[in-house]
Amino acid sequence: MLRLEKTKEDLHDILSLDGEVDASNSVILDEAIQDLVQNGSRSILIDGRNLEYISSAGLGVFMSYLEEFQEKDITLKISGLSPKVVEVFRILGLDKLIPIYPDKTEALAK
Amino acid sequence: MKYQVDISCQTSALVNLRAFIQSSLENYALSEIDRLQVTLAVEEVCANLIIHSHGCNPKDQIHLEIKDSEEKLIVEISDQGEAFNLLEYEMPDIQKVMVEKRKGGLGIILVRKIMDEIEFESKDGVNTCRLIKWFRS
Repeated sequence: MLRLEKTKEDLHDILSLDGEVDASNSVILDEAIQDLVQNGSRSILIDGRNLEYISSAGLGVFMSYLEEFQEKDITLKISGLSPKVVEVFRILGLDKLIPIYPDKTEALAK
Repeated sequence: MKYQVDISCQTSALVNLRAFIQSSLENYALSEIDRLQVTLAVEEVCANLIIHSHGCNPKDQIHLEIKDSEEKLIVEISDQGEAFNLLEYEMPDIQKVMVEKRKGGLGIILVRKIMDEIEFESKDGVNTCRLIKWFRS
């Protein structure tokens, strides 16, 4: 089960994930990010405070945007991940490709 | 101890698969992080089989067995679809996955990095993938 919520803070679009991302629902995450890009977002923050689990299907969604975001100068950050979820990003070295912050305030301040 | 379950080849079954693995793993000497990672590795192999070997056909099934032997946790995943031998796949480079947008490659990297040993055999139409994690005291 995955719930998504989009909010805005100043110029940042915040996408909050609640639940689990796997191959059955990663398309919802993909569509939400695509929507933000189409609406001209310049800064996307994934709030992962309530993200309990993510498999490669979800990680692949983030990966698939990295090049496009670099070209279009769109900032992608992730915040609030629990230690066990952050470890999954580390196994793949994704923490080197996407900035990960302990919480939202710190992520938006940088 | 031995735990087993059959799961239907559809991605909506993955949530039940995780619940089964998590509750079975509580009975073994693994840390919380190891439990989550082994769950993830098993899910990655099963998701691959469901999508690529069985084309998400809910009538097909994957059989899962969790057991231990001496210092090892063994998760045996068997199916009768097209053989998918993880060991024959070259481990893709993460940069390459990013540039080529090969979403499938990430799961293979995760399984290889999380598990201590991987075995695969195909016999009489049944493919068996064995994922092994050593208990660390």
